[in-house]
Amino acid sequence: MSSPIVVTGIGIISSIGNNLKETTHALLHIQSGIKPVSILNTRHAADFVLGEVKKTQEELNQLAIADHTKPWTRTALLGLIAAREAMQDARLDLSDVYKTGIVSASTVGGMDRSELFYKDFIGEAQHKEFIDTHHAGDHTEKIAETLGINDYLTTISTACSSSLNSIMFGTRLLKNGVLDQVLVGGSDALSKFTLNGFNTLMILDKEHCRPFDESRRGLNLGEGAAYLVLEREEEAIKQGKQIYAYLSGYANANDAFHQTASSEEGDGPYLAMKLAIEKVGLNPEDIDYINVHGTGTDNNDLTEGIAMKRLFGDKLPPFSSTKAFTGHTLGAAGVIESVFSIIALQEQKLLPNINFKNVIPEINLIPVTQVKDAKLRHVLTNSFGFGGNDSSVVFSSHEATAS
Amino acid sequence: MKAYINGIGAVSPQNTLGKEHFLDDVTAVEERYLQILKPDYKTYIDPKVLRRMSKIVRMSIVAARTALDEAGIAKPDAIITGTGMGCQADTEKFLNAVLDNDEALLNPTAFIQSTHNTMGAQIALMQANNHYNLTFVNRGFSFESALLDGLMLLNEGEVLNLLLGGIDEITDESWLISTKNDMYKVEPLNNLNLLNDRQTGGLSGEGANFFVLSNQKGIDTYTRISGIETFYKPKNSGIIQEKISNFLKKHELDLKDIDLVILGYNGNPLLDTVYSEIENRLFIYQPTAYFKHLSGEYDTAVSFAVWLAAKIIKTGIVPEVVQKRKYTGRAPKNVLIFNHVRNIYHSLILLQQA
Repeated sequence: MSSPIVVTGIGIISSIGNNLKETTHALLHIQSGIKPVSILNTRHAADFVLGEVKKTQEELNQLAIADHTKPWTRTALLGLIAAREAMQDARLDLSDVYKTGIVSASTVGGMDRSELFYKDFIGEAQHKEFIDTHHAGDHTEKIAETLGINDYLTTISTACSSSLNSIMFGTRLLKNGVLDQVLVGGSDALSKFTLNGFNTLMILDKEHCRPFDESRRGLNLGEGAAYLVLEREEEAIKQGKQIYAYLSGYANANDAFHQTASSEEGDGPYLAMKLAIEKVGLNPEDIDYINVHGTGTDNNDLTEGIAMKRLFGDKLPPFSSTKAFTGHTLGAAGVIESVFSIIALQEQKLLPNINFKNVIPEINLIPVTQVKDAKLRHVLTNSFGFGGNDSSVVFSSHEATAS
Repeated sequence: MKAYINGIGAVSPQNTLGKEHFLDDVTAVEERYLQILKPDYKTYIDPKVLRRMSKIVRMSIVAARTALDEAGIAKPDAIITGTGMGCQADTEKFLNAVLDNDEALLNPTAFIQSTHNTMGAQIALMQANNHYNLTFVNRGFSFESALLDGLMLLNEGEVLNLLLGGIDEITDESWLISTKNDMYKVEPLNNLNLLNDRQTGGLSGEGANFFVLSNQKGIDTYTRISGIETFYKPKNSGIIQEKISNFLKKHELDLKDIDLVILGYNGNPLLDTVYSEIENRLFIYQPTAYFKHLSGEYDTAVSFAVWLAAKIIKTGIVPEVVQKRKYTGRAPKNVLIFNHVRNIYHSLILLQQA
């Protein structure tokens, strides 16, 4: 079971593209998905900008080729689109020869439909088919049933670090021999529930967010889904599969400081990054690029910066937040940014931190601001969440790890 | 993969917190659903923080503390929770406020506390515990996934011990909504008469059941967890029987080696047949037990069955109130739990004398 774990398939949908090809194009041509609100029905539509997937429920349903006789939430449709792309990309063999599973993640699950029909649920229950789509695992089950994934399914929710944890858990299911191949990732649709939640916390920027910039005022919310197909290297090679990257290190830590704020020294983020790098058997200076959590809030960027300085000292590798492309996609952020990190590895390019102008004086850190060629062997990606749930994952190139 | 249970803490509709009782003082009520017996929260939690905590967070902290105290561990190497529906009270509170006030005049507290990882996070916060922390949220698989994660962590040698919990809370509104889908019974009933009630749906309940798992036996070890398996929407009883047979084979056990089978009967006449078919076709000679007349049905109710199995193996007593078929044999060494939630989420858990 000691075979390395590799990524053999990718699927993604967010405000910057409906698939991997469009996503890569948008990243390399610096096309942001943050726009005025046109899909979410909210009284705050004029107040904020969002990273919406600019498709109505009907349009998403068509794109997802979903079974019309079943109740579909936006979260489940986004998830199905990305999961199907990943599965087809990996040419997944679903015969009985292989044990196949799915580990997904979400923060609010089917809230996008629940909030439309909730008063009906309590009263006449006219839309009662959506009562059961509320729970966080509904999208996972819909994806598994539609794609024919039968051997294992589960769902993780650790707020904004959810889908990095599903990648990690899926990796360990392979390492422990529970499964042979696994779809890992997450999905979250925008909802009034989350928009208003973050608004009451006063951490939403009304304008385009500016991660790691002195003038940052908060985050923009986004939506999307992404999945990776993970397999053991020996099996992938035997089947002649493309290998996008090696999932070489991972760690989960807890900040144990406050339900929503980070500790001053960024203990949780520091530990997650440190332990993930140690897991690969590397030193911090071996990391060639960091896709940071970088939400654009006052608290996150400052403490994440402090944690990076603690760990990397004056040898901090190039880093950027890609949140100004997609917005903060919450439960899907970890896997969406993992896909971005793999794109960086594949293209051997650093991705830009849009909207950076001036350094945060307390940390004095300058992120990457343009698409830039670079020799990338190991990239680190971070996701931190409410409840102090902090995770980091290291992806490595074929040449840096192939056994 | 295996683990020893070295401490347990259960907050349930029964008197399960103290060590001195083992279902010798069963609570019988005539209610629509079963609620936890409220612990004396002030003895566990600082009143200043207690005020802001919802029921699900409170009961989790009490159950977690009890399990850790029993095991003599202050700060476990990992905290893993499973919850089917998470923080229902705070989610409802914030959702209703958003809808009733047309997205204005909102207070963030309920939103902040509505995320599914709140219980695991609050426990970590109280211990200043920076270690591994994860929450699983797939309805009737939530506790089972958390348990598998725990067994893998121990197997990998990543941790020496960990805290594992299954948690769900009931609210009047969530119960009402679930009854619209025939999930739960509507009219009050006597919980001890559960299996004779003919209303559709199960008897709704709630609870927080926590365990300290370790790779080493402790001074006061309860039992060993030897295996966990889940399967989703099996097409028929034959497939379930095959899954059970394969599961036992994998653990090198025959049917006759199983001393007691704990079944998840919840009083739903339509779906309890899933259990009776297994009971009457596969486990023809085994003593059987049931528990949801004591705990009620919820997504993580199987964690109450793990509590029950652990107590049974440790004490050698199968309380009469849980016996479905009369128990006459020796003190049980091998106990199998077979549970399903709504015939969708099926699971098998094997516990063996340590």
